Amino acid sequence: MEKFITVKSVAAPLLENAIDTDVIFPARFLLLLDREGLGRYAFSERRNGPEPFVLDTPPYDTAKILVTGENFGTGSSREQAVWTIADLGIRCVIARSFGEIFFANCFKNGVLPIRLGGDDMAAVEKAAETAEEIAIDLEAQSIRFSSGREIRFDIEPNLKRLLLLGLDEVGMILAEEGDAIEAFEARRKAELAWMSIGIDKLHALAEEQDNNG
Amino acid sequence: MAAQTLYDKIWDSHVVADHGNGEHLLYVDRHLVQEVSSPQAFAALDQDERKVRCPEAHIAVADHAVPTLRGDRPFVEGLAFSQVERLKENAANHGIAYMPMDGERHGIVHVIGPELGFTLPGVVLVCGDSHTCTHGAFGCIAFGIGASECTSIFATQTLRQRKQKTMRVNLEGGLPNGVTVKDVILALIAEIGTGGGVGYALEYAGSTVRDLSMAARMTLCNMSIEAGSRVGIVAPDDKTFAFLDGRPLAPSGEAWKQAMAAWSDLHSDADAVFDREVTFNTADLAPQVSWGTTPEHTCAVTGQVPDPEREADQNSKSRLRKSLAYMGLEPGTAIRDIAVDRVFVGSCTNGRLEDLRAAAQVLSGRKVADSVKAIAVPGSAAVKIAAEREGLHEIFLSAGFEWRDAGCSMCVAMNDDRLTEGERCASTSNRNFEGRQGKGGRTHLMSPPMAAAAAVTGKITDVRELL
Ligand code: SF4
Repeated sequence: MEKFITVKSVAAPLLENAIDTDVIFPARFLLLLDREGLGRYAFSERRNGPEPFVLDTPPYDTAKILVTGENFGTGSSREQAVWTIADLGIRCVIARSFGEIFFANCFKNGVLPIRLGGDDMAAVEKAAETAEEIAIDLEAQSIRFSSGREIRFDIEPNLKRLLLLGLDEVGMILAEEGDAIEAFEARRKAELAWMSIGIDKLHALAEEQDNNG
Repeated sequence: MAAQTLYDKIWDSHVVADHGNGEHLLYVDRHLVQEVSSPQAFAALDQDERKVRCPEAHIAVADHAVPTLRGDRPFVEGLAFSQVERLKENAANHGIAYMPMDGERHGIVHVIGPELGFTLPGVVLVCGDSHTCTHGAFGCIAFGIGASECTSIFATQTLRQRKQKTMRVNLEGGLPNGVTVKDVILALIAEIGTGGGVGYALEYAGSTVRDLSMAARMTLCNMSIEAGSRVGIVAPDDKTFAFLDGRPLAPSGEAWKQAMAAWSDLHSDADAVFDREVTFNTADLAPQVSWGTTPEHTCAVTGQVPDPEREADQNSKSRLRKSLAYMGLEPGTAIRDIAVDRVFVGSCTNGRLEDLRAAAQVLSGRKVADSVKAIAVPGSAAVKIAAEREGLHEIFLSAGFEWRDAGCSMCVAMNDDRLTEGERCASTSNRNFEGRQGKGGRTHLMSPPMAAAAAVTGKITDVRELL
């Protein structure tokens, strides 16, 4: 995963609430099996609609930052919603709030979601609308405006580390916590035997239907 | 020990490691794998040459992309076909059980999990699908995850997660005639908003919930995500246990006894403190219908399409204008005057036997209006078989509905069942987003009896007048 350190760019204003995952990445494109090159399907209906879409309108067509309203990415769990905007070059989404699964998915893909409210958000919205460049510094957890004004944002330390180092979370879990998982599984097997399903039982169930249906 | 909520109890029993600062490594017992969210997850696994850690923790089934007109028809080659084939291959390569499309165990992930007894109280269950919250009806922690998280489950059986805050939703007062749990959850979302549950695990409690069947509890939990919550949960009780007893994958014999002993503690302690509590009286509820492009755009069937000009702030005004333009609706229109072109009864929200029964009750002895094309799509093969055993298919068919095979169908425009530009649909599914049921399609969410009523009259109708 690409490391996230600093990003400097104009911020594209998509100042609407509750832009859902079907708007970001319509379901019909979920049939594609790959995760690369999905940018061309981003916001498909909007981009092919009657009004020009902000991410196609200079100078925002090269924006690395997207500014939006409340509950961005609400709806489905599709990670395509992150892959598609990442493929367009968006590295940071600033919103008043996010759909939770979308928010979690961002960190797996080198995209930084920032929650802001109040005056801070108003300042970012204004910078976006006037096409002013802003600089996001993840290490310092700051957003800098051309005026020199700086605002801070919050991020969980572990998620920050993941983005800064571009880490593979699965590899990290296996390396750092493999023993703990094994110990947990041993205890679970001893104490919660009722929870386990034998693999044979599962396969038998799956095959059984060949006879019936 | 301090009093705990049900969510806390299950969560705490699954913590593999506590990283401090609120982040935990959480063990996941069960994973449902479907064709849409898994190909990239398997690809990442294969690319890193990793194995599936516990093949017995997963069940694979194709539901989103499958055609619902099957019978002897071949599955036409194309993207959907490839996606299903890919799932089969991936499952076979990694030793995961795959429930074939033409078998009796097939169906929508969230319908077959409980049917098979794969979903159990006290477990942590995930799926690369946001409606995984459905399974919380059984008193487990169940939530939707993204594809990268699916890879983590395959390889490690764990996820790095933060615990949610807890909100208890007390539903009191029972359900009036003609009103279903779908109306309750729609009304609740209209009240607290689609962001109302963000950050919270919802526990549904109260007399209305206790009286609900398991199917109804699943409908309730299913739409937690539409309130912004990844998790919805109902404490298990005798109904839950009766539902599960004897299911193919539920524990049996001695294991069942052990399970029952463990499950007896699965309730929020009497003095447990929730981060938030809301109480919602359901006694005077009317049937609900969504009129806009987010589930919170919902009102009683007796209501009217709202006027954007009455909104206080500019943002809501323009959002509302956009929604109404998309929906092709004028402010002030009576909900009951809205004509529909299509009717869809099905989905993981309302594709269970009891939903089909409720729709059939309205359809019995009536005909679908000439202007309407209506389909009924059972949520699983087992639901279909059970419905046919009771003759429900005959009621649907003689009313003029099509009677399909199981799948997500018109809930999501990923298979052959979809709306065309501008078509308006009375739908028992869960999302009315722009384009959700097909590009340019217009969705009105409602209960199965309400959808049946709309099919009969050709417009949105207060089903209470037909009962
Ligand atoms: S029926 Fe609809 S909501 Fe349910 S799993 Fe299928 S697509 Fe998702």
